[in-house]
Amino acid sequence: MFPGAVTASEPPLRVVRGHVEPDGVETDLATADATTPALDPDDDLDLAPVDGWGRSERIRGIARALYEPVYRYWLRVEWEGMEHIPLDGGALLVGNHGGAIPSDAPSVMHGIERELLRPVYGLAENLFRSIPVVGTLWSRAGGVPAHPDNAYRLLHDEQQLVLVFPEGTKATGKLWRERYQLRRFGRGGFVEIAMRAGVPVVPMAIVGNDETMPILVKSDRLAKLLHLPYFPVTANQFVYGPVLGYVVPLPAKLRIRVMPPIHFTVPPGQERYNRGVVMDEAERIRDIIQVAVHDMLETRRSVWRG
Amino acid sequence: MRVLVTGLGTFWGSRLAQQLERDPAVELVVGVDTSPPQVPLERTEFVQADSSYGVLQRVVRATGVDTVVHTHLEVDSTRTSARHLHETNVIGTTNLLAAAGAEGSSVRKVVVKSSTLVYGTTASDPYWFREDAVRPRTAATPVERSMLEVTDLVRDFTVDNPGVVVTELRCANVLGADVSTVFSRLLRMPAVPEVLGFDPRLQFVHEDDVTSALAFAARHDVPGAFNVAGPRVTTWSSVCAALGRRRVAMPPVLTNLAAAPLRFARVADIPPEVLALLRFGRGVDTTRLRRRGFTYAYDTPATVEAFARAVRRERVVGRSTPYQYAPALETFLRTSHAIR
Repeated sequence: MFPGAVTASEPPLRVVRGHVEPDGVETDLATADATTPALDPDDDLDLAPVDGWGRSERIRGIARALYEPVYRYWLRVEWEGMEHIPLDGGALLVGNHGGAIPSDAPSVMHGIERELLRPVYGLAENLFRSIPVVGTLWSRAGGVPAHPDNAYRLLHDEQQLVLVFPEGTKATGKLWRERYQLRRFGRGGFVEIAMRAGVPVVPMAIVGNDETMPILVKSDRLAKLLHLPYFPVTANQFVYGPVLGYVVPLPAKLRIRVMPPIHFTVPPGQERYNRGVVMDEAERIRDIIQVAVHDMLETRRSVWRG
Repeated sequence: MRVLVTGLGTFWGSRLAQQLERDPAVELVVGVDTSPPQVPLERTEFVQADSSYGVLQRVVRATGVDTVVHTHLEVDSTRTSARHLHETNVIGTTNLLAAAGAEGSSVRKVVVKSSTLVYGTTASDPYWFREDAVRPRTAATPVERSMLEVTDLVRDFTVDNPGVVVTELRCANVLGADVSTVFSRLLRMPAVPEVLGFDPRLQFVHEDDVTSALAFAARHDVPGAFNVAGPRVTTWSSVCAALGRRRVAMPPVLTNLAAAPLRFARVADIPPEVLALLRFGRGVDTTRLRRRGFTYAYDTPATVEAFARAVRRERVVGRSTPYQYAPALETFLRTSHAIR
């Protein structure tokens, strides 16, 4: 277990021989439900192997060990401006998405955990939750269904780092020729949650993700039949074969540029925010990322070498 | 304080009455049920009657109770039919609330033991339900439907009776040495079902904490709905591991169909609402009741640990023999001149 996992929240009720002692009078109750396991790991880890979000530090550790070579030698991830990510307190990380099965989410989570020793919770479609095995592993590795209540609780009550790709599957389902053209940023829900939680949005521009698994053609009919957002034929399948072509990314150089956090001036904790203000901010963040992506593409010499 | 407990013959009614009658501030405990109490009671008055409006209204008026605790709600759908669930939960609650809200009623507080079943279980749920959560979809099973109707009845009663403190306690799945629930029965089997590829986040609450929460709500003024669940979560695989049970995977598709032969063969009765839980799990926020001063003796991992200990003990020494209600003995103990 790495230290970042427990710093962000108050310790939970401490369990002593099957009984619970309130951990001081001033325990912050708001966070006591969903915090990481109790401090005495021998006693408790077997019965509470996950935190309140289903994230397991053990599985996370295995995932980190397995992903490290991919991160380091295959995608050769390079960060720029990581100092903009706060070392404590909640923040919503917002990036552009790409690749049929995207490598950007695991790379961002891996990189931040490695460098800043802070856990990152990645929001994704509910779809994941319904898939056997995959859904469970995804949750153990730090994935959380993108429900507004989940995002708010993580950001406000627990002051965690949350990663979201507001374009969602519209971005990962892009065809090869549409690469790096940012899609609609949802309905600006991510901005509203950050405003309500009183946390900044940290925009991130990512280049290389669209080349890790480009989609050549899509079958709408098969997608509909299988209840999937899209059914792609990826370039990777011509390299690695039909099955591994959905798993192994092409070795495109992944560059991530983190931009200064955006703090909102509206008061936090409101039930509703002006739609215009929300949409303006969402558009502004999208523009910041789009401009940065263009800039990074202009200075990029090679897809593979960066 | 003069208290009426419905469902005195249920586990919860009996335990609550036992706890309340030990409190000198409680002047009177009256319990209504068709079946007798499950624990020996010192001074609780047992009225063997059904929960029809006529009975409840007469008891309320005659005793002048100021507090009503409604524990007579069935949340275990394996024990009874959908028809009976509706009869017990919806009609029983309707009758009780009508009696409590009758003209000239002395009732100033109503506590209802509800269930987190009202939130349902789907893939699109938030991970932590707060009490004000709006259920995204309609009820999927008869027991959920009946509990949702109870919630509506309680809400209406709250609006119609502004002078009455109304508390709804939504309890999560209960485990404990003595209580029998769907989960406690599943976990006592030699092999325990799971849905292949799913390892849900689950919460359990200890039987003592549920009784304490009911008594807490009866003693304090805590209007509104409150979740009652052991803080924090565990996973189904670690619960099974704690009990040393092997897991048997059920197919992730057509799971309800696969559960049917088990039901007919009387191997295991796993109702659809529990199968949904074994797939997606559920977490409820327990902040609100704790903010009001209630403290849990067990969080979720401690609840599972306590249950595992009880099961290990009973494997060696067996379960303690249940109390048998003896009317003649009770009358003797309470009214005979021989008693000092």
